[in-house]
Amino acid sequence: MSRAIALVMTLIALQAPLLGMASAIEPFPFRTEVEEIRFKALAEEIRCTVCQNQSLADSDAPLAQDLRQQLFFMIQDGRSDQEIRNFMVERYGDFVLYRPPLASHTLLLWGGPVILLLIGLIASVVVIRQRKKLLNP
Amino acid sequence: MIRLLTPLLVFSALVALLVIGMQTAEERKLVDSPLVGRTIPSFSLPKLHHPEQSTSTQDRLGEVWVLNVWGSWCQSCRIEHPYVKRLTEESRAAVVGFNWKDERQDALRWLNRFGDAWSYHMVDYEGRSAIDLGVYGAPETFLIDHTGTIRHKHIGPIDEQILQDLLKQIERLKEEIPS
Repeated sequence: MSRAIALVMTLIALQAPLLGMASAIEPFPFRTEVEEIRFKALAEEIRCTVCQNQSLADSDAPLAQDLRQQLFFMIQDGRSDQEIRNFMVERYGDFVLYRPPLASHTLLLWGGPVILLLIGLIASVVVIRQRKKLLNP
Repeated sequence: MIRLLTPLLVFSALVALLVIGMQTAEERKLVDSPLVGRTIPSFSLPKLHHPEQSTSTQDRLGEVWVLNVWGSWCQSCRIEHPYVKRLTEESRAAVVGFNWKDERQDALRWLNRFGDAWSYHMVDYEGRSAIDLGVYGAPETFLIDHTGTIRHKHIGPIDEQILQDLLKQIERLKEEIPS
């Protein structure tokens, strides 16, 4: 009986590191749930500059860990989301944000889809009119 | 005729975009540092060989100097090591090592094995000053002018071509110092 218990305990102990690995984010002692939600949202929004197709929330890179730590300190410090974003941009550039700001050099990026939609609309109107003419000469 | 040509033109334009995109893919991975043209952030860190002494980014005001980010864990730092040595020798400027997120013993062993090519080292064990510098990988090399302004940042290992370019830039920056 005691052997069975020992076996179960060992199995549980072996699982422990695996359970810890499930999340890339180390547990931070958040004071409130709001802080934790803000932390998660910002970590999703900020790019890990080492592993460029991952966000801070996804990455296990040492720099991402440091930046998460920084993020945590700044939230504890009572800095606003925008202040934190500015802090990152001042150091790593616009690229660090997954959602780039609307500026003169990003106009095409933001406006592009609208322009393409307009071209598509104009093209379909032209095609529909031509078809109509063919049907009712 | 136009009916036939239009899809072909659109297709060629898309192919052209793809080709340009592929050619500049490597460049786009390099994050332009917004710190170039700005004053180097002010911080003090312990020295590697004399941890009881601290050294600041303001220590070298009035001269042109180089800050080179490295770590014993960094493969590319071994590749650029001979060029760092030449940079120190040929520029006759202070080339300060920024030992980033490294264990002291590992760093000292690394220097013993490959040689200490730097003037001295500042140690950022925690990596918090590195965030202020916008460091995101090693090696990185900053050129700082006599007013303490970061004038250039090179990301990745220094090779022959980069070395020559850095030496030229250092000479130019030295000429800016009022005599």
